[in-house]
Amino acid sequence: MTDTPAASETATSQEGAFSRFLHATELDTRLLGMLGALGAIWLGFHFYGEIVNGFGAFLTPRNLWNLSVQTASIGIMATGMVLVIVTRHIDLSVGSVLGFCAIIMGVMQVNILPMYLGLGHPMLWIIAILCGLIIGTLIGAFHGFLIAYGKIPAFIVTLGGLLVWRGAAFLVARGETISPVDPTFALLGGGPYGAVGSTGSWIVGLLGCMAVLALIVFGRRQRKNFQITQRPVWAETFLAVVGCGAVIGAVLLVNAYPWPKGIVRRYASAEGIELPPEGIFISHGFAIPVLILIAVAIVMTILMSRTRFGRYVYAIGGNPEAAELAGINTRWMTVKIFALMGFLTALSAVVASARLGSATNALGTLDELYVIAAAVIGGTSLAGGIGTIYGAILGALVMQSLQTGMVLIGFDAAIQQVVVGSVLVLAVFLDILYRRNSK
Amino acid sequence: MTDTSTPLVELKDISIAFGGIKAVDHVSVDLYPGEVVGLLGHNGAGKSTLIKCLSGAYQMDSGEVLVNGQHATINNPRDARNYNIETIYQTLALADNLDAASNLFLGRELTNAMGLVDDAAMEAETRKIMGRLNPNFQKFSAPVSALSGGQRQSVAIARAVYFNARILIMDEPTAALGPQETQMVAELIDELKRQGLGIFLIDHDVHQVKALCDRAAVMKNGKLVGVVKVDEVSEDDILAMIIAGKQPEHLVA
Ligand SMILES: Nc1ncnc2c1ncn2[C@@H]1O[C@H](COP(=O)(O)OP(=O)(O)O)[C@@H](O)[C@H]1O
Ligand SMILES: [Mg+2]
Repeated sequence: MTDTPAASETATSQEGAFSRFLHATELDTRLLGMLGALGAIWLGFHFYGEIVNGFGAFLTPRNLWNLSVQTASIGIMATGMVLVIVTRHIDLSVGSVLGFCAIIMGVMQVNILPMYLGLGHPMLWIIAILCGLIIGTLIGAFHGFLIAYGKIPAFIVTLGGLLVWRGAAFLVARGETISPVDPTFALLGGGPYGAVGSTGSWIVGLLGCMAVLALIVFGRRQRKNFQITQRPVWAETFLAVVGCGAVIGAVLLVNAYPWPKGIVRRYASAEGIELPPEGIFISHGFAIPVLILIAVAIVMTILMSRTRFGRYVYAIGGNPEAAELAGINTRWMTVKIFALMGFLTALSAVVASARLGSATNALGTLDELYVIAAAVIGGTSLAGGIGTIYGAILGALVMQSLQTGMVLIGFDAAIQQVVVGSVLVLAVFLDILYRRNSK
Repeated sequence: MTDTSTPLVELKDISIAFGGIKAVDHVSVDLYPGEVVGLLGHNGAGKSTLIKCLSGAYQMDSGEVLVNGQHATINNPRDARNYNIETIYQTLALADNLDAASNLFLGRELTNAMGLVDDAAMEAETRKIMGRLNPNFQKFSAPVSALSGGQRQSVAIARAVYFNARILIMDEPTAALGPQETQMVAELIDELKRQGLGIFLIDHDVHQVKALCDRAAVMKNGKLVGVVKVDEVSEDDILAMIIAGKQPEHLVA
């Protein structure tokens, strides 16, 4: 800590070791708390299964891999919901918009586009997705327009949207299930073929480690240039090791989950490979929807923390009047925020319907509640101004872990609802206590 | 003040009403370069509303704003900033969840070559200007909600001063300050005045207005009572204008 002139502001000699550690690494206590809660949930379900059912099914590569895929759809939308809630709005329509976009993309690739391009045309899935993304964005922008310029509360606009778009989804397909989706499209939902395999995962992991190191080195140089307090070298090293360790751990985990025997057999016969009697171990690797979620998380994090747009989102949430007086066009910002929410909802619709292999008008039912819950559990304040992207994704992971865990240990749907609902209220209560104490 | 030069700002016959209440009623005031004009009046007299028409926060119902003798169209705060009009609002207009640097540069963030906001550069600039305005200020990474009233006020002042304003509007800038900090603001006003800025200063302290301002404009119930040169009147004269809403006898021509 001797390499900069500026003395640290709060470090005092009577701080305990742990708070000194927190101070040096600048880790967010809330982040640690959420990781702790997640760890407790995972261990709890695993050992409950071990003791009561004689088999802990939670902490297995198979379950964790599935958990990652199931988190993707809610996680993608939760990142957008952070912006909506930070600016003191709410979006109750995301589940219905997801259903509507899925139906549109389904109808495009199953009914409409094949008439012009022929079935199995390589551009089919791309055009279908583009249509879905554009429509989702326009719906979101329309909601934002009504809220910003029509001065209708977001609660009402999106409550209306919840009914309108669910109904519209039914009308478009007259209630029919649309299948099968284009085979390339289906890969975006995950599944054995919709994952990048062992080598691909190592490449992703390598890029991840390089990004962690680059962030730390670049941040250090930046602070040095402007003579802002540096983190001590041991803290930087610690962060680098933990960051890279987590990335490599994730790669090892997804690579430890092999393709099921039936799929290996089919794959081998299709490729003309001689199968040895013990079979071959083909890793899943990262599922494509998980990579989509990671990409969304990175882009959204940069957007929120390093762009003017993100700065204005927080400013509007903190004090809308001050934002306006600082020359920010707050109404246009609202339109853009809801348009982004719509875009992410459509992207989520791609993942959800690809995973299902079909599109139904019921797809995404109740998702709005899980998405809002994920954002709020992840520390987004309903009073506005506070919320992070990583928090929302962790929140989505907590929600999904609870649900998966209860299925694994055999709780029925009714108990699941009771638990998830209670956890939401408890999480917000803990958050209020946390904020009160850290004031 | 040479009255022959062009005024920096002329507010001509400004009126604005809120649901029948005439908050500002045909008020005209002007401001010359290097001049400080005090705005006085009871709470609710319309002082803040008048200057908000100039800062772009409100749109006046009728009247005209001239800047350097030319008609100025100010429809929003961005327009006002383009005329180099900077404002310290009575409410300070800070986003409580952001730190000092983010507030100082709000709407005018420094960006790097890639167009991303450059927090380190903004913090460095903030340290520089705060070092000048309030050397005791240390809380650069805390959200401004964690700051004291005086510290928040100095962030708002820094924001108005940093961007090379030509016209500065200060709405009760010393309301949350102790005597020592108030003295620093007074020195700052003197310094800015010497640099040739024109300043509208809203302040309740008549003594302070006498000391800092060249002229004082008094408002009551939305109307302008009169504009006087502070050297030609006593504190009691100004108080009488505020309370009675009439020009002192010896000044009525
Ligand atoms: N946005 C507004 N909506 C309604 N009335 C307002 C608004 N702004 C100011 N007013 C009214 O205008 C009058 C003048 O207020 P203001 O300019 O704040 O007074 P001052 O700053 O001189 O204390 C008051 O009666 C106030 O209630
Ligand atoms: Mg006022």
